[in-house]
Amino acid sequence: MYYRSMFPRDLFAELERLQREVPQTVEPGPSIRGQKRGYPALNVGGTPNAVEIYAFAPGLDPATLDVQLEKGILTIAGERKAPAVSEQATAHIGERFAGRFRRVVSLPDDIDPNSIVAKYRDGVLHVSVQRREETQPRRISIQ
Amino acid sequence: MSDTNQAPKSADTTREEVALLPPVDVLEDAGGITLYADLPGVPKDRLSLHVEADVLTIDGEVVLDAPAGMELTHTEVGLPRYRRQFTLSKELDAGKVQARFEHGVLTLRIPKAEHAQPRRIEVQVV
Repeated sequence: MYYRSMFPRDLFAELERLQREVPQTVEPGPSIRGQKRGYPALNVGGTPNAVEIYAFAPGLDPATLDVQLEKGILTIAGERKAPAVSEQATAHIGERFAGRFRRVVSLPDDIDPNSIVAKYRDGVLHVSVQRREETQPRRISIQ
Repeated sequence: MSDTNQAPKSADTTREEVALLPPVDVLEDAGGITLYADLPGVPKDRLSLHVEADVLTIDGEVVLDAPAGMELTHTEVGLPRYRRQFTLSKELDAGKVQARFEHGVLTLRIPKAEHAQPRRIEVQVV
């Protein structure tokens, strides 16, 4: 939200505001990264046994990726280099992210910090964190 | 892109049409054009590139190894497909496109046709 008119009857200001806000809410944003979101884009999901985090981070050397878990906070950090551009080249479109990045996810309380697996495949970092066994749903047998 | 966004997402036939727009970098030098596209999550065999009547189409399907019964709680990549089209100009040689796909980044090199290469003309002093 950039601007709200102080005067509700200022019709033109209201229209202007609508014009800005409607596309933001109606369009899901065709860009993978969008303007409001960071790099890498994150999808987070869960099963009764584990929490799955997918970071869409293409074009990285997996060795330079820094994945840390501290006090239930998962941090994914790294750097993506811009493609080398020779001096004679002209850049027509430059939409891809370049530079240092850092994204932080707060994980639920029931995770087991000792059973965490991170894989990098096809430009997606998949972090899988198991939930603690004693918190997993179980069936209680009736005697 | 706005047309594809308005397509209804319910029917399976129309879902094919809805896709994310992958971010690209396009650089041009004297020899041709280099295009980089971010397509994270697309395996090599699910990436399709084709040129038809000067239109280059990049199409990729996202495949993630999700465990059975996983429920997404937070989604920033909400569609399992990327698609983007570019119109190639006449001087580009679509028959000699070189493609490399590594860690979800597609690199395309589209050379200019021989006759379109810049040439230095020697000025002769007589």
